[in-house]
Amino acid sequence: MIARLFGLWAHLQELPVFWLAATLGVFQFSSWLARRSKGFPLANPVGLSILILVLILYFTHTAYSVYFSGGQWINFLLAPATVALAVPLYQQYGRIRSMLLPLVMTLVFGSLVAIGSSVGISQLLGASPSSVLSLAPKSATAPVAMGIVEKLGGISSLTAAVVILTGVTGAMTAPWLLDRLNIQRPAVRGFAMGLVSHGIGTARAFQESAEAGAFAGLGMGLNALMTALLVPLLYHWFA
Amino acid sequence: MLKGFLFLLLFLLAGDVVVYLFALPLPAPVLGMAMLLAWLGWRRADVPLDLEEASSGILKYLSLLFVPAGVGVILHLQRLAHEWPAIVGAVVGGTLLSVALSALFLNRFVHRREVQ
Repeated sequence: MIARLFGLWAHLQELPVFWLAATLGVFQFSSWLARRSKGFPLANPVGLSILILVLILYFTHTAYSVYFSGGQWINFLLAPATVALAVPLYQQYGRIRSMLLPLVMTLVFGSLVAIGSSVGISQLLGASPSSVLSLAPKSATAPVAMGIVEKLGGISSLTAAVVILTGVTGAMTAPWLLDRLNIQRPAVRGFAMGLVSHGIGTARAFQESAEAGAFAGLGMGLNALMTALLVPLLYHWFA
Repeated sequence: MLKGFLFLLLFLLAGDVVVYLFALPLPAPVLGMAMLLAWLGWRRADVPLDLEEASSGILKYLSLLFVPAGVGVILHLQRLAHEWPAIVGAVVGGTLLSVALSALFLNRFVHRREVQ
């Protein structure tokens, strides 16, 4: 029994259900912490959970693939959740139609700013050309951004990491920034968050209101299309 | 609730089938979302209760769903350590700038329309 006790950790570490429980537990804890520190923008449940889990994996020398054998059960639900965004979108359909022209103009403008600022800043700070390319579509949702970078010969797994960081950064800072800019319309706040910070920004916008969430989902979906169009176009013009 | 979840899965599958058949450069869930939206618009009625329940049920936990993929950042710690000023600068600077400019742009536009 004692001998088996020493093997317990090695046994648990291999169990998918252990990492599934760890993910849910860490998320519960992070949400609690975020609620307690109300008003502090950096206390975002997604960002905190990722940070804590990365530290756990790092210090227990657990391979990401082992962690993902449990995490995949949560990850899978992203696909039906994306489909589910159609419901709030439909419920806001009237408002969206009345704002269609401003939304489309903002989409083109915002998508260009997102790509341009990412390329400009990373170049200025001395990133390698392949990193600059991999950073360019970072505001688009992960599968789209990765597809674009793969086609143009960048590092798509780096893109995946950067896309997540962009989402977390937006979720942490956008509500605070928008308050400072005195932007109160839920539709405007949501659309900007979804456009720049895709699904993670959309999840954050849903915490503000259903209307903000619906417009964020719209911004995310439209910017996925716009980025897929613009990045290859700009790449062939400038590179 | 279960019927609603089945609905979501069916539209996800439909999106996948179309992406596969036409070799589209889009993720299947995004197309599935567009198809569900088109179907709801075509019906021109309230969202079925089952679907509404399943949708709000899963969207309530949307932020949790990104955590396992996000932990994948661990695979890139080396490159992040190597090029961190450029990557962090582009991510943080680019995100703040894009959120601010797009929100100001749209806000100005909407405000002007409401005044008119």
